[in-house]
Amino acid sequence: MSTSADGGSLPRLRYMADQIARNFLALGHDKAILATADHIDMFWDPRMKAMIFADDRAQLGPVAGPAIDYLASGLHPEHQTRATEFNKAGEVGHSDAG
Amino acid sequence: MGYEHQKDFGTPKAKSDTMVSLTIDGRAVTVPAGTSVMRAAREIGGDIPSLCATDNMEAFGSCRMCLVEIDGMRGTPASCTTPVQTDMVVKTQTPRLEKLRRGVMELYISDHPLDCLTCSANNDCELQDRAADVGLRDVRYGYEGANHLVAPTDNSNPYFQFEPSKCIVCSRCVRACADVQGTFALTVDGRGFASMISASQAEDNFLSSECVSCGACVQACPTASLQEKSVKAIGLPERAVVTTCAYCGVGCTFRAEMRGEQLVRMVPYKDGKANRGHSCVKGRFAYGYANHKDRITSPMIRDSIKDPWREVTWEEALGFASGKIQAIKEQHGAMALGGITSSRCTNEETFLVQKLIRSVFGANNVDTCARVCHSPTGYGLKTTFGTSAGTQDFDSVMDTDVVLLIGANPTDGHPVFASRMKQRLRQGAKLIVIDPRRIDLVRSAHIEAAHHLPLQPGTNVAVLTAMAHVIVTEGLANEAFINERCDTDAYAEWAAFVSDAKHSPETLEPVTRVPADELRGAARLYATGGNAAIYYGLGVTEHSQGSSTVMAIANLAMATGNIGRPGVGVNPLRGQNNVQGACDMGSFPHELPGYRHLSDGATRELFEKDWGVSLDPNPGLRINNMLDAAVDGSFKAIYIQGEDILQSDPNTQHVAAGLEAMECVIVHDLFLNETANYAHVFLPGSTFLEKNGTFTNAERRIQPVRRVMDPANGYEDWEVTQLLANALGAQWHYTHPSQILDEIARLTPSFAGVSWAMLEERGSIQWPVNEKFPEGSPVMHVEEFVRGKGMFVVTDYVPTDEKTGPRYPLLLTTGRILSQYNVGAQTRRTANTVWHAEDMLEMHPTDAENRGLNDGDWARLASRTGETTLRVTVTDRVAPGVVYTTFHHPATQANVVTTDFSDWATNCPEYKVTAVQVMPSNGPTDWQEDYREQAERSRRIAGEMGAEGMMEPAE
Repeated sequence: MSTSADGGSLPRLRYMADQIARNFLALGHDKAILATADHIDMFWDPRMKAMIFADDRAQLGPVAGPAIDYLASGLHPEHQTRATEFNKAGEVGHSDAG
Repeated sequence: MGYEHQKDFGTPKAKSDTMVSLTIDGRAVTVPAGTSVMRAAREIGGDIPSLCATDNMEAFGSCRMCLVEIDGMRGTPASCTTPVQTDMVVKTQTPRLEKLRRGVMELYISDHPLDCLTCSANNDCELQDRAADVGLRDVRYGYEGANHLVAPTDNSNPYFQFEPSKCIVCSRCVRACADVQGTFALTVDGRGFASMISASQAEDNFLSSECVSCGACVQACPTASLQEKSVKAIGLPERAVVTTCAYCGVGCTFRAEMRGEQLVRMVPYKDGKANRGHSCVKGRFAYGYANHKDRITSPMIRDSIKDPWREVTWEEALGFASGKIQAIKEQHGAMALGGITSSRCTNEETFLVQKLIRSVFGANNVDTCARVCHSPTGYGLKTTFGTSAGTQDFDSVMDTDVVLLIGANPTDGHPVFASRMKQRLRQGAKLIVIDPRRIDLVRSAHIEAAHHLPLQPGTNVAVLTAMAHVIVTEGLANEAFINERCDTDAYAEWAAFVSDAKHSPETLEPVTRVPADELRGAARLYATGGNAAIYYGLGVTEHSQGSSTVMAIANLAMATGNIGRPGVGVNPLRGQNNVQGACDMGSFPHELPGYRHLSDGATRELFEKDWGVSLDPNPGLRINNMLDAAVDGSFKAIYIQGEDILQSDPNTQHVAAGLEAMECVIVHDLFLNETANYAHVFLPGSTFLEKNGTFTNAERRIQPVRRVMDPANGYEDWEVTQLLANALGAQWHYTHPSQILDEIARLTPSFAGVSWAMLEERGSIQWPVNEKFPEGSPVMHVEEFVRGKGMFVVTDYVPTDEKTGPRYPLLLTTGRILSQYNVGAQTRRTANTVWHAEDMLEMHPTDAENRGLNDGDWARLASRTGETTLRVTVTDRVAPGVVYTTFHHPATQANVVTTDFSDWATNCPEYKVTAVQVMPSNGPTDWQEDYREQAERSRRIAGEMGAEGMMEPAE
C-alpha cells in the first residue's frame, strides 16, 4: 500500500480516496460523493489532485470515482460537514487543533 | 531581590463563600470558613512555627510545634488542625507556649546531627529556622542516649538522596506521596522511637520501591533528609525564574532555581495553574540533557549524507543552506520545498517556521507532529462541536463523578494530571477504563476501576457504538440537553443508527471481545453516574478510524448532556508541551494561523498585507505526503525544527527512502537525531532554558517560557529561523519574541488580547482572549456550542485493513512510559535511563509459552512491513493475542514494523494496530545492525580524531 516503484504514490492516493469514501457511506451514496469531493478539495495539495484526476477512474470505488470526476470537472462542492468549515478572517470559533 | 521560597501557609486554602472574622494577637482577620488558625495567622503576616504542616496537604498535627492559646478553649490546641470560629481570640506567643515549643524542639535536636555548617540544607532548613524561632539555647538531655545518627544514607535514586539520620519523622513525605502524588510508596515503619520513613518494604530502597521519583517528598521535606543531589553538589540557589516545562501537554510551571548561570534545581511553582505545585520525574529532574556531551552547539554541513559532518560558522552554514534551497526552487519550483514545525518549540518559533515556509519558501508544505498524534481530535471535535479545543481545564476533574478513560494511560503520559485524577477517584468518583491493556489505573493504591473494557485493538468505534446503543435503547439519553443544544434531526438519524440490533453489545461482543454485561454496566454508569467526563489519548486517535472514534466520543457526551460545565466534557490529553500552540500557529498545510483555510481570500489578504508577499491559496502536503512526493521526485528540500521523523513516524524504511531522495535536508535540533542521518545541514538548537517565548498546554493555557541562561549554541531557536529567512532575502527584524507575539495577536483573533506584558502580569491565560473574553476562557460551550448546535455524526464501524492471519496472528500496540519521553531524545540523555534502559515487548504468558519465550529472552517481532528484535516481558497486563511495546530507544526500531495505514481523515498513522508474529531470536536483525552502522558513519564529525587516528562518531 505504500509507494510502489512503478506506480509512485498513485496506489496510495487511490487507497486514500477510497478510504475517505468508505467512511462517508453512512451519509448515503449521493451525499458521500459530495462529502468525499469536499474533503479532497479542502485537504489535498495540487500535485495529489492532479495525479488522481489523471488516473484511470476505474481504479476507484463507486463513491470515490464520481467524487474525483466532480472535482476534475472543475467544480467545488459546498461544505458537507463542519470539518471543512473554517474561521473567516475575523472569526474565532472553529479550531481543528490536533 | 535574592532567593526566596514561595510562602507556605501551612494548610490548604479553604473553599467557602462563608467568611469568618476572628482576632489573632490583637489583629483582626477575616477568612473563608474552614481555614485553619495557622493559615489565618500567616495570611496576616504572622508566623506560628510548625514542622509537619505544609500548604499542599491537609493538616496532620504531629509535630506539636504550632500550639496556640485560644480564649475559652482548654489546653493548647494545634493551630494547624483547629479551624477558625467567629469571634475567636487567639494568642500565638505566650510564656507557656514558648516553654512548650522549646521543649518540643529540644527533643527533636537531641536526635539530630549538629553539622549545620557543612549540611547541604544550611540556611535552607526549617528545623534550623524553628530552632532559632523558639530561641533554643541548649539541649538538656545531652547526646549520649540512643539515637539514629548512624542510619545509612540511601543513594539509590539518581536525583535525590535520603538521609534518615536527619529525618524528624514529620511524615510530610509520606503524605506527599499519598495525597499529592497518589503512589503511596512511602510509609512510617515502626512505632515510637523506632519510627522510620521507609520506601515500600524493609528490604527496598527508593529505587526498588514503587517510588516514581516525582520529587514531592523532596519538596515537602523540611530538613536535608530528602534533598536533591544537585543541591548537595552545587550549593543553594541564589535566584529563581518562573518558567514552563518542555515535556508533556500538562505544562507544569516551575521555578528554575539558579546559581549564576548554573541551574541548581527545578522546583514546581505552587501558583502554576496546570500543576498546582506538583511535578513528575521528567520536568522536576530530567533537565540534564541540556548539558549532555551529545549536545551539538556548532552548525555543520556536508554535501552528501555519506560524508562526515564539517563544523562551520553560522554564516557559512546559512549560505550553504540558502544556496541549496534557492537552486532547488529555481529548478523545481516552490512546491518542492517544505518544512516541519516543532511542537516542542515556542508559539513564536512555530509561527516563524510556518511564516518562513509560506512566505519565503513560497509553499504551504508545512506540517507538525500533531499529524501523528491528535490530528483526528482536530477533525472529529470540529465536525461535532464546531471546534476541537478541549472543553475543560484540568481543575474540572475535581468536579467529576465518573471518569471514562479511553486509549490513555495518564499515570505514565500525563502524570501530574493523573495525580489530580487519582485524588478525585480516592474521594469517590468512579472510573471506567477502555484499553487493551490493564493499565495501572485499573487497580492501584485505593483506586479500582468500576469497569475495565479490554477491547480488541482497532474496535474503538464498535465499543462506543455499543455504548451508545445501551444509552439510547434504555432511555438514558438527556433529551432536554439534546433538544436545547443539538441538531435534533442529526440526533434522530444517529439514534436510529445506534439503536439497530446489530450495534448491541451482545452482537458486537465477538468483534470487540468485551463482555456484553460489562459494556452495558459501563454505559449505564457513564450516562447516569452524575457529572461524567471523557479523557482520551492516542489509543483513540492513532487508528484508521481515529477521527470517527473522536466523533463517537463527542456523540456520547452530547447524548448524555455532559458538556458545558465543570466536571464533564471531552478532554483530549495532548501529548507535547506545545502541540496545541503549534496548531494554533497554523502549522497544518491547509490553514493559516487561527484555523482559517488558505482558500479564504480575506484571510490571505490579511497575511499578505502584513507580510508583504502573495501566498499560495492551495493546501500543501502533510508529512506522509511529503515523503511520498520525495520518493516520486517532486519534493526536494525540507527544514525540520525539533522533530525526529525517522524515529517517530511509521514504516521507518519508507521514511528513510523519502529523506534519502531529497537534495537538501536541514535539521534544526539539539542533537544529531536519527533524522540527521539523512541531513545535509545541521543547525544547533536551544533548550527551553535558553529562550523566551510561550507554550500553550492542553487546556489552551498560554504560559511564559523564560530564558535563564545564554543559549549554548549562541541563538534562541526563533533567531535561527530568522537568520535562515534573512539568508533567503526575507528582511525580518525581530529582536525579542514579544514582537512575534504582537504579530500573532494582530493577525489571530483568538489571541487578540495576548501580549508578553499581559502574561508577565497574569502568569497565564486560556484562549480565546479577545473583547468577548477579556479574561480568557477556562470552560467552553457553557451556554451554547461556540458554533451553533452540537452535531451528532453517524460513525459506522469500518474494520482496519491491517488484518491478523496465520503468518501474523498477534496485534501489536504501542505506548509510552513515565520516565522516558517520546523518542527519548531528551530523557535518554539523563539519568532516567535507570528506569527504562531499553524498550521491552509485553506479551501474555500463554502467547509466550506457545513460542518458548521466557521473561527477558530476545524475540523477533515481524510484520508485513519489517522486523526488529527486542526483549520480552511476560505479563498478563496484555490480553492473549495482543503485544505491546514502547518506542523510546532508536536501537529498538519499533517503527520498522508499523504500517502505512492511517486515519481516513487526517492520515494520523495507525500505530496502535499492527499484525505481527513474535519468535525467539538470537539478537538484533540485519536491518538493526545495518542501521546502527549507518548511524555511526553518519554521525562522524570531521576533525574529531580517536586514539587510532580514526574519526569517531558524535554519539
